[in-house]
Amino acid sequence: MDIVVCIKRVPAFGAQVPLTDDGSSVDTRHLGFTIGPHEECAVEEAVRLTTAHGGRVTVLTVGPQEADEQLRYALAMGAHRGVLVDTGTTELDPEATATAVLAGLTDEPEPDLLLFGDASADAGHGQVGVRVALARGLPVVGGITGLEADGGDPAEGGGAAWLRASRDTPDGTEVFRLPLPTAVAVKEGLNLPRYPTLPGRLKAKKAALRTVACAPERGGLRTHGLRRPADDRAGAIALGRGADAAPAVVDVLAELGKV
Amino acid sequence: MQLIVVADAATAPELAAVARSVAGRDDAVEAVTFAGAGFPAADLARELGGHGVSRLHVVRHELLGDYAPEAWGSALATVIDRLGPSGVLAPATHRGTEVLTHAAARAGLPLATNCVRLAGDGGSVDDGSGDGGSGDGVWRVTRTRSGGVLLEDAELAAPVKLVTVAAAVEIPGVPVQAADCEVVESAVDVPPELGRTRVAERVASETGLSLSTAPVVVSGGRGVGGADGFAVLEQLAERLGGVVGCSRVATNNGWRPHRDQVGLTGTKIAADLYIACGISGATQHWVGCMDSAVILAINTDPEAPMMQRATYAVEGDVHEVLPAVLEEIRRRGESAVAARADRHATEEAAPAGSSSAASSAAPSAG
Ligand SMILES: Cc1cc2nc3c(=O)[nH]c(=O)nc-3n(C[C@H](O)[C@H](O)[C@H](O)COP(=O)(O)OP(=O)(O)OC[C@H]3O[C@@H](n4cnc5c(N)ncnc54)[C@H](O)[C@@H]3O)c2cc1C
Ligand SMILES: Nc1ncnc2c1ncn2[C@@H]1O[C@H](COP(=O)(O)O)[C@@H](O)[C@H]1O
Repeated sequence: MDIVVCIKRVPAFGAQVPLTDDGSSVDTRHLGFTIGPHEECAVEEAVRLTTAHGGRVTVLTVGPQEADEQLRYALAMGAHRGVLVDTGTTELDPEATATAVLAGLTDEPEPDLLLFGDASADAGHGQVGVRVALARGLPVVGGITGLEADGGDPAEGGGAAWLRASRDTPDGTEVFRLPLPTAVAVKEGLNLPRYPTLPGRLKAKKAALRTVACAPERGGLRTHGLRRPADDRAGAIALGRGADAAPAVVDVLAELGKV
Repeated sequence: MQLIVVADAATAPELAAVARSVAGRDDAVEAVTFAGAGFPAADLARELGGHGVSRLHVVRHELLGDYAPEAWGSALATVIDRLGPSGVLAPATHRGTEVLTHAAARAGLPLATNCVRLAGDGGSVDDGSGDGGSGDGVWRVTRTRSGGVLLEDAELAAPVKLVTVAAAVEIPGVPVQAADCEVVESAVDVPPELGRTRVAERVASETGLSLSTAPVVVSGGRGVGGADGFAVLEQLAERLGGVVGCSRVATNNGWRPHRDQVGLTGTKIAADLYIACGISGATQHWVGCMDSAVILAINTDPEAPMMQRATYAVEGDVHEVLPAVLEEIRRRGESAVAARADRHATEEAAPAGSSSAASSAAPSAG
């Protein structure tokens, strides 16, 4: 089963999100970068599926050249190839990002499965997977936390013909039976992603990546700036230290009617 | 022109009010629903009418009777093409977002998801905020990013504006006039192959307390130290009628299943009481618990962001504090029982107003 996984380079911030002075974007000068947890699970799932059923995992990212760091992380997890669609930035609207992903897929062989995160960790539009799938004429479902190959016999080299994809909704679990090729957008909880091994990292460091240049036309959603919401929480009330704080804690619980 | 909401009875009041606030004076607010053959639309229409929706478009096709993202999205794209509304609003639930994204992709339109503020271009409605309309065919929207740590101000420029509206939306105080909601039946073609993304099976969820609805969540992070360390959190959760939650570190270490994870990529909760044990309070965790009414942080590090942002803070080792809290609850329970027994005894012996030592030792224990 050949699989393409789309991953995005996002800033990894901690307790505060630094913004640039003009408020146009996150100030990333002192931040590291990562891929979102949903996409990490997508990479892990792709590696597991190809380990079980054969095939290759290609990871694709749209962004600046530095996004090779995220491709290499995925390669260290076990992906086989990396494609960098160089747009110089990840700050694109979802229509433009989808156009760039499609440009990266143009010269690739048709994959059996196209995996996305349910939403990117920073912008969180929840759109790119659906836009790409539709342009490629593929079925797509999102929010998936269970994925299982179904119907093919890997021993005969046939691979899977279907995928069982399930997701949790407020009312219960919905199961889809998708014919391959298909696209799927997954969520964290699908699996527990592995940490790359040191030899894996070293090998990934040297791997050749395919780079595609792309300058997609912008879409109709135009970001003007970012800001932090007003935080009207007063500072915390200290209830004490260690075991001595227990009576004060239980007073609070009693006041809230919990004990 | 009209604005269309994709709503059910539960989300209609908010969406209709938001739609009214961005609609021009002469624009109608209408609704669309997807249905198979048998769906009786009259009840929904009456409900929507109460929120000022003047027309309900019932889009029928055999592939639309049960939820099917591609089929619903395709049907919505057809409706958009037929009616040419100025905008379409759906709730920012997974389903609302999915249907609107499919419709947007098919119609070749942009979409703004997770919006908490909208301003139309009509300018005819003054909500008192002073930023009425621009009249330039562009909507100003504010959407949340990274789970709500950031707000993004953006512009939506398109012939039809597609928006999903977050539950936290600001609802401008625009008067809503109840309307007689007319039911308009409309048949659509749905390409038969779109049946491929129909739900094939459904498994009902277990009943009982879940992380998203529990009134109390006792949550643990790296500071809990390991899977076994959660036993004391389980005990407290049970005592308080709640459930156990966790941070992503606990999930990633395999200490807890992912369904317990609170945060950006876990569950977003709004409990009466959230107890964060050994959790530092990274933004990606914070966005999952910040809507809780009261937050109690227990942490060895008084400088941890969670200790600053919480309502109450206890500095200390979770494995010293929680057993002491459980012991204190038990002690007060016992002394309350003792006090009651004592009172009975005193009442029987001498009905005088002599209060016992035990009952005064049980302050405000409920
Ligand atoms: C895109 C993205 C999405 C993410 N999504 C989520 C998410 O959904 N949920 C989530 O939780 N995280 C999420 N994270 C991870 C998040 O950034 C933090 O890494 C994580 O929340 C930290 O978990 P923690 O607080 O348990 O661990 P730490 O940050 O290591 O904090 C441990 C805390 O425990 C305290 N401590 C240590 N020992 C004790 C003790 N004995 N008693 C009491 N306190 C003690 C320490 O002082 C410290 O404050 C996400 C990250 C990214 C990049
Ligand atoms: N810059 C990007 N490069 C590669 N894939 C992306 C990019 N942006 C978004 N995606 C993919 O599309 C999914 C949804 O993104 P979004 O629509 O931004 O929420 C992500 O989880 C990724 O799988």
